[in-house]
Amino acid sequence: MTQHIDSVKTYAVIWITLLVLTVVTTLVAFVDLGPFSVVVALTIAVVKMMLVALFFMHLRHSGKLTQLAMAGTVLWLGIMVAFTFADVATRGWMGVPGR
Amino acid sequence: MADHAHAASPALQVQFDTAEQQKDASTLGMWVFLITEVMFFGGMFLAYIVYRAAYPDIFALASSSLNVYIGAANTAVLLCSSFTMVLGVRAAQLGQKKALAINIVLTMLLGFVFLGVKAFEWREKFIEHHVPGPSFHFAGAAMQGPAQLFFSLYFAMTGLHALHMVIGAGIMTWLLINSIRGKYSAEYMTPVDIGGLYWHFVDIIWIFLFPLFYLIDRHLK
Repeated sequence: MTQHIDSVKTYAVIWITLLVLTVVTTLVAFVDLGPFSVVVALTIAVVKMMLVALFFMHLRHSGKLTQLAMAGTVLWLGIMVAFTFADVATRGWMGVPGR
Repeated sequence: MADHAHAASPALQVQFDTAEQQKDASTLGMWVFLITEVMFFGGMFLAYIVYRAAYPDIFALASSSLNVYIGAANTAVLLCSSFTMVLGVRAAQLGQKKALAINIVLTMLLGFVFLGVKAFEWREKFIEHHVPGPSFHFAGAAMQGPAQLFFSLYFAMTGLHALHMVIGAGIMTWLLINSIRGKYSAEYMTPVDIGGLYWHFVDIIWIFLFPLFYLIDRHLK
């Protein structure tokens, strides 16, 4: 593994971007976007997560195995979410008492 | 560990062929641990989403009672601590021992600022009777149960996040002691790297807690 050492400037740019995104997401929260308020807030959160993971956690320099493990996380989390909602979202369909 | 066959690199454990292999194994191991943490927090995020979908109005009211400016400021504090952490890792990569120690101390201090602000927020909840329990009362909610549920999730999730921060501060203390003892060099700084991964992960959890608890229903108020 050749060690990649990013410049302080790269980290500073990411840091400032993260702070700007925090201000943006806070201000946008006061604007009524209807159902898109959730979408915007979570999209900004995902972008912030990606910036932290790729740059601060060096994921873009990491080996294929680590990146595969990360892709696996998304998959398993997706399964957990999908199965939970397959349950919760369909409970009313059958009219079963005590749901 | 200094007297085994790998005399050329004293930090190299006997079961590894090269320092590179050892570092890859450590990094992958840490990521696997973080994946278990993602699933752990993921379950709680799911619980929050399910109950928010069940009681949207009361969750919106309860969410709006949190102080968004304090939450945003605390997010900024945590992002700053991630920045000093990554500068610490960089200093370790370059073998700059003094810069490493300074950045670890800064990271720890910012972590304590975050925890202090959090403690202040929790104190407010106690004063307002927004802590789940016999004295719970949330004015303006049609049903107290779902409001109590919101604050149960709030305390469970921010509480577990804070616990991770406390553990992180412990890891920083350990890294600081070892860095002052001169255990880390440009050739061997895996613990710093891995401690950094943990710290950034805890930061990412907050990146999601902040919008979910403080922001998404703010416009309804």
